Amino acid sequence: MRGVERIQEAFARARAAGRAAFMPYHAMGYPDRESSLAVIHTLAQVGADLFEIGIPFSDPLADGPTIQAATHQALSQGTTVADCLAMVRELRTAGIAQPFCAMSYYNPILAYGEERFVADARDAGIDGLIVPDLPPGESPELETACREAGLGLIFLLAPTSTPERIRTVVAHATGFVYLVSVTGITGARDRLPPDLVAFVERVRRFTELPLAVGFGIANREQAAQVAAVADGVIVGSALVKAAAQGLDAVRELGRELVTGTQVPFST
Amino acid sequence: MTQATASPPSLGSVPDEHGRFGPYGGRYVPETLIPALEELEAAYLEARNDRAFQAELAHLLRTYVGRPTPLTYARRLSEHLGGARIYLKREDLAHSGAHKINNALGQALLVKRKMGKQRIVAETGAGQHGVATATAAALLGLECVVYMGTVDMERQRPNVFRMRLLGTQVRGVDSGSRTLKDAINEAIRDWVTHVRTTHYLLGSALGPHPYPAMVRDFQAVIGREARAQMLDPQTGPGRLPDVIVACVGGGSNAIGIFHPFLEDRAVRLIGVEAGGLGIESGQHAARFGDPRLGRLGVLHGTKSYVLQNPDGQIALTHSISAGLDYASVGPEHAWLRDLGRAEYTYCTDDQALEGFQLLCRFEGIIPALESAHAVGHVLELAPQMGPDEVILINLSGRGDKDLDTVMAALGEDLGEGGNP
Repeated sequence: MRGVERIQEAFARARAAGRAAFMPYHAMGYPDRESSLAVIHTLAQVGADLFEIGIPFSDPLADGPTIQAATHQALSQGTTVADCLAMVRELRTAGIAQPFCAMSYYNPILAYGEERFVADARDAGIDGLIVPDLPPGESPELETACREAGLGLIFLLAPTSTPERIRTVVAHATGFVYLVSVTGITGARDRLPPDLVAFVERVRRFTELPLAVGFGIANREQAAQVAAVADGVIVGSALVKAAAQGLDAVRELGRELVTGTQVPFST
Repeated sequence: MTQATASPPSLGSVPDEHGRFGPYGGRYVPETLIPALEELEAAYLEARNDRAFQAELAHLLRTYVGRPTPLTYARRLSEHLGGARIYLKREDLAHSGAHKINNALGQALLVKRKMGKQRIVAETGAGQHGVATATAAALLGLECVVYMGTVDMERQRPNVFRMRLLGTQVRGVDSGSRTLKDAINEAIRDWVTHVRTTHYLLGSALGPHPYPAMVRDFQAVIGREARAQMLDPQTGPGRLPDVIVACVGGGSNAIGIFHPFLEDRAVRLIGVEAGGLGIESGQHAARFGDPRLGRLGVLHGTKSYVLQNPDGQIALTHSISAGLDYASVGPEHAWLRDLGRAEYTYCTDDQALEGFQLLCRFEGIIPALESAHAVGHVLELAPQMGPDEVILINLSGRGDKDLDTVMAALGEDLGEGGNP
């Protein structure tokens, strides 16, 4: 099983276990090539359900300082798109079975060649794509290529999204829908916005697809808050920060976050 | 370069409803911004057909900006070069020193009258757009934050102080190349975070739809005035120019002067990019001029020509002029180039410095280093043309802000000097 089916299966399995999917992001090539592979292995061991494989871009305008700095470092060490796909292949060979969603910006994919990128990503073991600066409809070519290859193409929704916009986005989405918790950029935050529950419920009325929430989630309590309303909990910056301290820090935070997804949040 | 088709489309009909100029343009932004862009598009379309809004803008342009800006015959420079007669559209005489005010005031008025927002953010490279935005914000009573790369803050210190005097908060950007590209990244991040209360006052004919069309329309006042001034024997040669030359960073002054002449097919339109230290050096901002690094790409919300490495990472650019030091170019320029309606060339730092000096000495006009690129190209072009032919240069800004840079490049001691 691969592609969008592997993504669906990950959500189904988490749901059957009565918890939300734990979906860590990591910037490939950070802090260096081997360490980034070790971060994925570590998070797989503590119970990640799906990985976002960050492919660095020089101008990440949806990202806050933590991921900016990490991807900048990865690039300055020579990390390329082809390298990231090679790392994915190594992870598959080493037995990592969780779905992988490549997360990058549109320009590196366009430069690689959209069809070629989808084909190579699929061969390497990628199951879906997340492209934060590509709203639905802007690239029919990429949407077609993903559909034909059986890869999920994940679109984002934001608290500012209107009902018309939600309808459009979910009509294009496959795999799951990525809900941005805040109006803003990525980065750990002290607390989640109070209107998050209403936002998730608003989107839920329009789609059966799993809803995963990201941006700002940094600890067990926040993960639990999100797990109480959504199907997936995405954590990026907090784990990237941990990766700078070493694998023990990643393991510790990973365990804490997994616990969060298993504890129904009660108010 | 693709040649114009046998039956050229109406050039004024772009962009389409998706913000596309042929294959260029579009709206490549995080989803959070989509509602804001839709709201901006609606407000802009409404304002475009709103007589009261247009009258208020025209009044401000006349009584505050000082429009129409003059058309000046550059007699001594023309004689020195010994070819075509050269006219200058004097955007350097617009209030705040450059064409940037046309767009800044237009958007700020839109925010004030149609959008109900109180806060604007902007990016700036040379500081001219930042100063124009700070000026418009002061005039209309809006809160204003300008992002500027710390490298640019250093080379444009007087403009940083100007903005602060005008009540704007200038925030230095220390990421990436610490120039215009990074200032735009940071302005967009601010906008995403405060989108419900904040308008992004983008300074060039770039970015996601509707910015390229809206900025063009606010800048087209340059070309409308210039066309009338050229045709009127009281203010100009009494005929259309044979060639129009403008510098192209993002390309707002160029698209502003080109647009009203698009249907005058006999008028050649030439955009001049920053050739920096030369194309071979890789140290430049010539998106069209360097086929190795300049390829189709997406940066800051729009599809156009982008300087990038083979892996799609945005290239670092160089120009002596901060305002041209940018890796992408407005999508409509890419489209006009494909159609064969406009041509693009480049001018190196050294050629621009020569144009800068000659305009100072022969005409008593100190141009912005950006505009000096247009002059630099004309130094080559004019001698190849006859005295019965006419060149129009868009002199997009004045050069006071660049004196430190020019002093560093030329040395403070210019020698004996003296007027030739």
